[in-house]
Amino acid sequence: MSSVARFWRKIPQRYNLVGTRCATCGRYFFPPRNLCPDCRRAGKIVEHRFAGTGTVVTYTVIRTASEQFEQMTPYVLAVVQLDEGPRFTAQLVCRPEEARIGLRVRPVFRRISADGESGVIHYGTKFAPGTP
Amino acid sequence: MRDVAVIGIGCTPFGEKWGSSFRDLFVQAGTMALEDAGVAGEEIGAMYVGNMSAGRFIEQEHVGALIADYAGLATAHIPSTRVEAACASGGLSFRQAFIAVASGLEEIVVAAGVEKMTDVGTGVSVDALAGAADREWEGFVGATFPGLYAMIATDYMNRYPLTREQLAQVAVKNHYNGARNPIAQFSQEITIETVLSSSLVADPLRLFDCSPITDGAAAVVLAPLERAREYTDTPVRVLASAQASDTIALHDRRDISTLDATVAAGKRAFEMAQLSPRDIDLVEVHDCFTIAEICAIEDLGFCRKGEAGRLTEEGVTALGGDLPVNTSGGLKACGHPVGATGIKQVCEVVQQLRGEAGRRQVDGARIGMTHNVGGTGATVAVHILGV
Repeated sequence: MSSVARFWRKIPQRYNLVGTRCATCGRYFFPPRNLCPDCRRAGKIVEHRFAGTGTVVTYTVIRTASEQFEQMTPYVLAVVQLDEGPRFTAQLVCRPEEARIGLRVRPVFRRISADGESGVIHYGTKFAPGTP
Repeated sequence: MRDVAVIGIGCTPFGEKWGSSFRDLFVQAGTMALEDAGVAGEEIGAMYVGNMSAGRFIEQEHVGALIADYAGLATAHIPSTRVEAACASGGLSFRQAFIAVASGLEEIVVAAGVEKMTDVGTGVSVDALAGAADREWEGFVGATFPGLYAMIATDYMNRYPLTREQLAQVAVKNHYNGARNPIAQFSQEITIETVLSSSLVADPLRLFDCSPITDGAAAVVLAPLERAREYTDTPVRVLASAQASDTIALHDRRDISTLDATVAAGKRAFEMAQLSPRDIDLVEVHDCFTIAEICAIEDLGFCRKGEAGRLTEEGVTALGGDLPVNTSGGLKACGHPVGATGIKQVCEVVQQLRGEAGRRQVDGARIGMTHNVGGTGATVAVHILGV
């Protein structure tokens, strides 16, 4: 079981897709980075809230999960490319047979997992098919 | 930099070793390697130990010292260092030992790897292994290790002509080889039907596409090439040692289906050895999943992207083929005690180059390669060995 702070500090990113952008080269980062890999120390990192619309790059259906996610199987896991460019990993809220490469998706706020029966409940962003 | 040789190897049988503890395993492998090399404990200058997650698997950290202690070397105060790079821990341990000898700092160095994985339940081990990927942005949302490789497979099969049967053939071939390796976890041959009728783990990967959870340890002894014949008649030279990094998360890769760290480490290794893929007689690649072997064969430069499935189907990578891949049975059939795997790969290549591989011997093998991956490709170690 992890401390509350570990997840509390990530709330803006996980709930509202607040990431970063390098003002020097214009590249977007989600998950956020505090150092631009292209400009490094010459980069200037600013906050950016992503629209959240994107496209499925690749996916799978998880049938055997770790203990925290066992009760949710089968669930669809995907790499989603946000329209601003960055890619990240998220669950899709759809039936396994609906998932496909190129599927347009929109963000939805969902419960992700819980630290046992008495621990912290983790919320975050999943993606559903369609546009907002 | 001076030339380095492997002068001794030792590897425990791999499998679910309920009767053996973490320390039983590494003492067994280490003793075998020292006996094979004819080296006395007090001659050892340093030890490196590849271990991914003793903290999660047996709730023990500080395993460098533990191993020195139970190897009977604590009173000699030999420096012992744990090396961690997830499933590439063994490959990096070997590389650190190589650097120590090549630099001239040390003479006789042991490179070992050990993992005791079955003292926890499957749920805990699946979660511990997920720590090889990005915990905050992959594991947090429910990504498992098979799930990440399954997403590589989905992308790959969408772009290249790889059939489900060709993918299954990787496991069939590796079980065939494993059935000829006395230390392998699985001694049964399987068919394509076995793979295709096994349960789905993460689509399109099924149970028989996945390497198992394994206990085991392996160790090798390194010495300067110029002194190797004091210890053995069959020294095996380390022709190249290369390592490369990439993004920790799969989603940040330039190309989902190409392990750029494999490409980089492979190129560096071939340059260092002044060899090309055509010169390699056999290769142990990191087949944690069947799709990983397909990618490895291509990314190391043995064929073009998209061709490895056909080569596998045609038997090119089988025992007796032009490029035998994973003669040990690979991670799939020999087993995958994560920290030990990179060292076991070296043991297999050394056995082959000495001509001691029995029923899985590659005739006339003179140059072999090992390829060890951490995570989904964030760390890769490649070594070339020759006689």
